[in-house]
Amino acid sequence: MRHISVEPPPFFHRGPSPLARLAFFGLLSLALLFADTRYRYLENVRQTVGMVLYPLQRLVQLPGEAIAQVIHFFSSQHALTEDNAALRQQLLSEAPSVQGYQLLQQENARLRALLHVEKRFQGAAVAAEVLYSGRDPFTQKLFVDKGEASGVQPGLAVIDEVGVVGQVTRVFPYMAEVTLVTDKDQAVPVKVERSGVRSVMYGAGSGRLPELRFLSPSAEIQAGDRLITSGIDGTYPAGLAVAQVASVERETGQIFARVTCKPLAGVERSPHVLILGRAAATLPQRPEEPTDTDAPRKGRGRRRG
Amino acid sequence: MLPSFAPAGPEEILLPVKPWFVMLTLILGLMGNLIPMGGVAQPLQPDFLALVLLYWCIQEPRLISVGVAWCLGLLMDVADATVFGQHALAYAVLAYAAEYFRRRVLRFPLWQQAAQVAVLLLFCAALVLLVRVVGGAPLPRWTYAVGPLVGALLWPLVTVLLQWPQRPRRSQMER
Repeated sequence: MRHISVEPPPFFHRGPSPLARLAFFGLLSLALLFADTRYRYLENVRQTVGMVLYPLQRLVQLPGEAIAQVIHFFSSQHALTEDNAALRQQLLSEAPSVQGYQLLQQENARLRALLHVEKRFQGAAVAAEVLYSGRDPFTQKLFVDKGEASGVQPGLAVIDEVGVVGQVTRVFPYMAEVTLVTDKDQAVPVKVERSGVRSVMYGAGSGRLPELRFLSPSAEIQAGDRLITSGIDGTYPAGLAVAQVASVERETGQIFARVTCKPLAGVERSPHVLILGRAAATLPQRPEEPTDTDAPRKGRGRRRG
Repeated sequence: MLPSFAPAGPEEILLPVKPWFVMLTLILGLMGNLIPMGGVAQPLQPDFLALVLLYWCIQEPRLISVGVAWCLGLLMDVADATVFGQHALAYAVLAYAAEYFRRRVLRFPLWQQAAQVAVLLLFCAALVLLVRVVGGAPLPRWTYAVGPLVGALLWPLVTVLLQWPQRPRRSQMER
């Protein structure tokens, strides 16, 4: 192979050499990595850049939305009437329980008023549409089209029509980032609906089922049990469906049972979600010195990435 | 005039590139990365921005190099909601590698260039992976490597498309 020397003659000024530039920007990247993981100094920068990116993000969504609308337009009347009939039937079948629910709610309100207890959950909720799921294969995140302008705050719970989807972890002016319950180490305090056993469900990352840790092998739990939020963290209101127990392995010699569960909500596919308002504004103050048996720490200060 | 599916030969002298065209293609690459892909298609989505960036780093190193790559990496970090600096680092290294290997890459026909581009893109992806794993993330599945390979397959197409405005027109060639 012939080598042609194409080094520039010294009278062409080209600035610092590529290697010097690489070293400079490489070190800058490492500094940023450090600053962003250890301290969250750069949130303002992120917000500003996010604002700049927002129009581009909306722009690339337009073709998809247009196609969806065209398909919607041409969806046959037959399918719609069928849908309609099915929905009516469903409505009818659920009517008794809904009416019963209203009755219960009224009764509950009266009883709570009697007890002078604040309302457990203010009904403020924001419906949002999923813009896109994070491209990043390492984390389980969604971006939704409601942000600070609609009153969304970091830490709010996000559900769909079936159950808990995740938690708002970062808020931009017109969009918000939702970390899914399946994200690695994302924790949701749950209890077993059948037996009332409390635990915490930890996400295990992409493609793996979340698990319950630190459950003793004798705990009253079996495959098929439904898990609902226990509400003891002040983030998720109590009683939302979270997951179904997929398998329970009790091995002799192990201190804890190995319990995996399958999220109920369409965690990775629901197109619409509901962002619930702040659950309990009236949690008691944290004790001065946190003890080891504290309720599991949630959301705040969690590793992001 | 449709572009012939071949890179500019040594006998063909390219017109000077217009900076606005470079910017436009980089923004289009960024938008390509922002396209929401769901389900099965997601691992197939290549890093369009890295691909376009690589092309310009190889073709026009005096216009686009480490600094621009780094800034675009920061944009990607925000778009992906990942830790600041991780795409920036990967793109900066990618730009440097492109500058280092550009004379070698340009000697080959397009399909062989694509093979070298595959290595560069995989290296870029591996760098992101390294930063993530050091940060405590679990290892992704093997499909992680599919995106860069798809990107490499697109290389000939990207080259022909991005080179098109620079090809001398036939009328000019005949004169």
